[in-house]
Amino acid sequence: MDTKPAKSAIFRFKWFALVMLLLALAPFFLSDFRLNLFGKFLTFAIVALGIDLIWGYAGILSLGHGVYFGLGAYCMGAYLKLQAEDLPDFMSWSGLTELPRFWKPFYHAWFALPMTLLIPMLFALLVGFPTFRARIKGVYFSILTQALALIFVTLFIGQQPYTGGTNGITNLQSIFGFSLAEPATMRGLYAVTVLMLGIAYLLCHWLTHTQLGKVLVAIRDGENRLRFLGYNPALFKVLIFAISAGLAGLAGALFVPQVGIISPSMMGILPSVEMAIWVAVGGRGTLKGAVIGAVLVNAAKSYFSENFPELWLYFLGVLFISFVLLFPQGIMGFWRKGRFKWMTSILRWRETRFARSSSPNGLPRKYH
Amino acid sequence: MLKVKSRTFILSIFIIAVVVSVGSVWINAARSAEKEPIKVGILHSLSGTMSISEVAVKDGELLAIEEINARGGVLGRKIAPIIEDGASDWPTFAEKAKKLIMKDKVAVVFGCWTSASRKAVLPVFEKYDHLLFYPVQYEGLEASKNIIYTGATANQQIMPGVTWLLKNGHKKFYLLGSDYVFPRTCNLIVKAQLKAEGGTLVGEEYTPLGHTEYSTVISKIKAAKPDVVFNSLNGDSNVAFFKQLRSAGITAKDIPTMSVSIAEDEIRGIGAENMLDHLAVWNYFMNMETPENKKFVAAYKARYGKDRVTDDPIEANYFGVYLWAKAVEKAGTPDPLKVRAAVRGLKFKAPEGEVTVDPTNNHVWKIVQVGKVKPDGQFDIIWSSGKPVAPDPFPSLVSNKIVLEPGKIVDRKK
Repeated sequence: MDTKPAKSAIFRFKWFALVMLLLALAPFFLSDFRLNLFGKFLTFAIVALGIDLIWGYAGILSLGHGVYFGLGAYCMGAYLKLQAEDLPDFMSWSGLTELPRFWKPFYHAWFALPMTLLIPMLFALLVGFPTFRARIKGVYFSILTQALALIFVTLFIGQQPYTGGTNGITNLQSIFGFSLAEPATMRGLYAVTVLMLGIAYLLCHWLTHTQLGKVLVAIRDGENRLRFLGYNPALFKVLIFAISAGLAGLAGALFVPQVGIISPSMMGILPSVEMAIWVAVGGRGTLKGAVIGAVLVNAAKSYFSENFPELWLYFLGVLFISFVLLFPQGIMGFWRKGRFKWMTSILRWRETRFARSSSPNGLPRKYH
Repeated sequence: MLKVKSRTFILSIFIIAVVVSVGSVWINAARSAEKEPIKVGILHSLSGTMSISEVAVKDGELLAIEEINARGGVLGRKIAPIIEDGASDWPTFAEKAKKLIMKDKVAVVFGCWTSASRKAVLPVFEKYDHLLFYPVQYEGLEASKNIIYTGATANQQIMPGVTWLLKNGHKKFYLLGSDYVFPRTCNLIVKAQLKAEGGTLVGEEYTPLGHTEYSTVISKIKAAKPDVVFNSLNGDSNVAFFKQLRSAGITAKDIPTMSVSIAEDEIRGIGAENMLDHLAVWNYFMNMETPENKKFVAAYKARYGKDRVTDDPIEANYFGVYLWAKAVEKAGTPDPLKVRAAVRGLKFKAPEGEVTVDPTNNHVWKIVQVGKVKPDGQFDIIWSSGKPVAPDPFPSLVSNKIVLEPGKIVDRKK
């Protein structure tokens, strides 16, 4: 995968620095609303990085990452909600008069903030360990993760007194004493998101460029061989799955204060599949692709739905289908390998169209 | 060859789509430059599970806007609706509300259906101190200064419905609802009311939104032998429930149901034959005989097609738009803060009769009626409160709070 000589690595970090600089400058040329929206896209980019780690590198397709995103987001939501009200409103209208015991520690930032990472990671360990040890993989694993997403949504909707039900957790007022209504707070949150995205990117870059990254790719391309070499793929899979879940949790925690709501609709099957689509569009197996895909797909979604509120889903559908058909390796895959081939294929198409009569058997050359 | 051809074909479709989209945005931008209209936001789910109900409400709002524009607009300015799709997804509702307020700088937003979507946008409207007209009956326990609630509170729909049932000999209740905040809170109220007014509860069941398998529930209902099933299911589930109830051989004669979320538009989907003689309680029925309603129904059908029907939530924000326009005229400006003050206490002759915005709690005084489904999918109105009922978002049965003024809610004095 990403094993080019050192020179290109430096070149790549130049790009990284440039993009980070651009992101840091965004507040100067985006309106408050657009900046807020962009911040949300960047949190999605963090999820995409995590999915890319397990899917692009280790070849494990999780269609239930909404769960980990949601767990992180709910931890953050619980903390923010307790900053706003002593007894959350949904508890009082569900008949609770006292804060449940497991909610109490979320009053403290020192507990709630680490939990946004730890709970998704622990849960991923819990899910990953038995499934990977039992060598459940491929489509069976994907179905399992989908089922989990469904279970979580049902659980969170059903436990309205403890989770806020379908409404989720909303009506959040402030974070660390800064009002969420202030544009300055939004800019601050945006800056934190950019920083976290940068850290997440470097972490993933480092992970994929160490021995671990090679093992992951080996898991994807020939798990049995790896096993015969004496590695235990299950342990690596569990580890990378937990890291990926942690990234999703981190993204969820950054999402909540910027959007102001977390509800089960963000952790269901549909958003989980969407998360995989971001990575597919960007190009799996390339970290840049994951980030680009997440931002691009969400930007397109917002653009289309703002301008064509009644037709936007069709546009999005055309976009996805054309991506799958035209760029099966995603944008980055196209950029790396396909762009020249594609150009030549267009040229060749013209060539064959005009040269058809002159080719020996009247048929065009086979297209590769 | 084929592959290359299809590839360019897809590419050209894609390019056409992009060109069309950019082009129409440009045309829209050019069009809006001619005069300065008042921008208003319309925020409903145009896709996803809720679109089946919300699209019709959007149509009602647009109809009212067109009618007002046709007679010259408000303050001599036309109303320009900006439509956004909440996509049945609550965080999207919050995003789009922010967009309408911050980017488009609309004067008001008409929108939402589910309580969840309202709860999602509420902090946005409060943060930016803006104005939302919310058209659907809901569970109450809310009175934001930034929302005008044109739908019913519990005491304008659920409670009179229960009282009517008890008075007409239906004492044993079975409660069935979708699993979310409205049915749960609604049934909390019903249970308190049964205790207070002498009914009994023989069963209570919640199913997830979108649930379609009701045979277990129906067997439980059969076993419990209720006098009435009080139904607060929402959306598609109703279609499955009523079809399966009828296949199980239970008609309204055996066990009648009273629904609080099924109106004329939903009956079209369920099929009138499946709902024959079942009951519903609302503030407005399409069958109402007021002259305003006849005009409204005729205009709606003329605009959207003969087979279309009007119903309670459609009507609620149809008159919501008119109330807003009247408040703008009164305030002399579309400024949301001034309009918000002006709309309080305002009266309007709506299709359902005269409605008044309550000055203390931002809800609307509405008439209450019970209807029985006829074979043509319309309701036979069999009971009416006669005059508008005062809204009480915090019924004393389930809440010890009281509204002093919009946004100011305190504990009731003992």
